[in-house]
Amino acid sequence: MIEAGHIDKYFGENHVLRDVSCKFYPGKTNLIIGQSGSGKTVLMKCLVGLYEVDSGQVSYDGRNFSVMNIGQRKEIRQELGMLFQGAALFDSMNVEENVMFPLNMFTRKPMDEKLERVNFVLKRVNLENRNKLMTSELSGGMKKRVAIARAIVMNPKYLFCDEPNSGLDPITSNLIDLLIQELTYEYGITTIVNTHDMNSVLSIGDSIEFIYQGQIWWSGNKEEILHMGNKELNDFVFGTELTKRLRK
Amino acid sequence: MLRPISTIGSYVLLMRRVFTRPQKGRLFWQALLFEIDQLGVDSVGIVAFISTFMGAVVAIQTAYNIDNPFIPMSMVGWTTRQSIILEFSPTVISLILAGKVGSRIASQIGTMRVTEQIDALEIMGVNSANYLILPKVVASVLINPVLIVFSMWLGIIGGWGAMLFSKLVSTHDYIHGIQIDFQAYIIFYALTKTIFFAFIISTVSGYFGYQTQGGALEVGQASTKAVVVSSIVVILFNLVLTQLLLG
Ligand SMILES: Nc1ncnc2c1ncn2[C@@H]1O[C@H](COP(=O)(O)OP(=O)(O)OP(=O)(O)O)[C@@H](O)[C@H]1O
Ligand SMILES: [Mg+2]
Repeated sequence: MIEAGHIDKYFGENHVLRDVSCKFYPGKTNLIIGQSGSGKTVLMKCLVGLYEVDSGQVSYDGRNFSVMNIGQRKEIRQELGMLFQGAALFDSMNVEENVMFPLNMFTRKPMDEKLERVNFVLKRVNLENRNKLMTSELSGGMKKRVAIARAIVMNPKYLFCDEPNSGLDPITSNLIDLLIQELTYEYGITTIVNTHDMNSVLSIGDSIEFIYQGQIWWSGNKEEILHMGNKELNDFVFGTELTKRLRK
Repeated sequence: MLRPISTIGSYVLLMRRVFTRPQKGRLFWQALLFEIDQLGVDSVGIVAFISTFMGAVVAIQTAYNIDNPFIPMSMVGWTTRQSIILEFSPTVISLILAGKVGSRIASQIGTMRVTEQIDALEIMGVNSANYLILPKVVASVLINPVLIVFSMWLGIIGGWGAMLFSKLVSTHDYIHGIQIDFQAYIIFYALTKTIFFAFIISTVSGYFGYQTQGGALEVGQASTKAVVVSSIVVILFNLVLTQLLLG
């Protein structure tokens, strides 16, 4: 379980996160939802330590991450995989080298074992036999899937996904959601997903934190979210023309 | 006044992360060979071109300026040698490399920063500063002296070629000139400068690339800043080093 306790984060004058406390559970897809600019990415980067929090703390299964030094954090980071909003593949490497990178960096396995592992995770994301493609030759959805493969290649305990399906068509985006959910259940990963896509919310939202102007405004799950009386939440949930009409 | 000081401070802090033991030796050697190719071998053409022509120009100018019959024409060889080895190759070619190599380093690392590739490395527990910058610094420090020695040869040969074609100075006089009063110390001086300059160019450009924030526009700005600042620092250190080594 990952716990955030009373996190505050400022960028200069801009108070981006305000007293954020929330819990993320193992074996569940935990969603952080909210409008663009509400602070989802900043919260996620605070959780993994890419941004330092100004106050409050983050703990991983009881281990207080916020007070750790670089060496201690490194240990936790090796249990952690992250999918960035823009995929963040290494553009000087091909698909196989990207996915193999963490194995090369942190293990002493022989080449054939590493290759076997790479091919296994590439198969999981439906990218078999695309090993030698360069990142510039991939479509947006393929990039995201390679990035997922890279994030899970070390068998992480914690998986962070920042908008895994932004910019993708509904079918591909659904496939990616289901893939993330499947991996989460299968390996009991503590998965945290940032999204503003209501489709994802309704299909994989085991546990949901709704963030509004940097504050946790509502917490619940995909069953509860459609029946709440909260105005800001409903504005978000029923924000599109389609859902407005369906609601009527 | 405060900004340069805080820039120097964060440069020093970054360098403390750069100069640590690589996490994985094999990956470091791979990266080093790659960078030697990218930063060194790839610059051979431009270095050769500029050195040959500059050598030729120095020789021709000197030859035309000697109109006193008491000054022997071998002085053309001597002057060409001295200006090429003392100043032209180590300083001017280093400045050319600051433009070529510096902008390349800054834009490459800057792009990795704005596309979150550096965050991706950090998340995995990789010391990204060390992984990305150290191979470039070591490659520059190793390969630039080789390029500069190459440039010295070509500069002197260029001067000879120009004399051959223009018939201003005989080959015999020119060769005699480049041998007059040769002190190995000037080569030591030139290469010491070169190594300092290589270090400055690669670390300063690495710093500006690494600190980039924003998007493609900022990457362009970072690479311009890298070239301008490293050129200025090279020029300043040129004065300091010359005073220390020849004074
Ligand atoms: N590095 C930064 N420096 C300064 N301000 C920042 C930085 N990153 C984010 N912010 C600010 O923090 C706020 C929240 O940004 P954040 O990226 O977390 O939004 P988000 O919820 O992820 O939005 P989106 O859905 O568009 O990705 C914004 O007001 C943004 O301007
Ligand atoms: Mg975001």
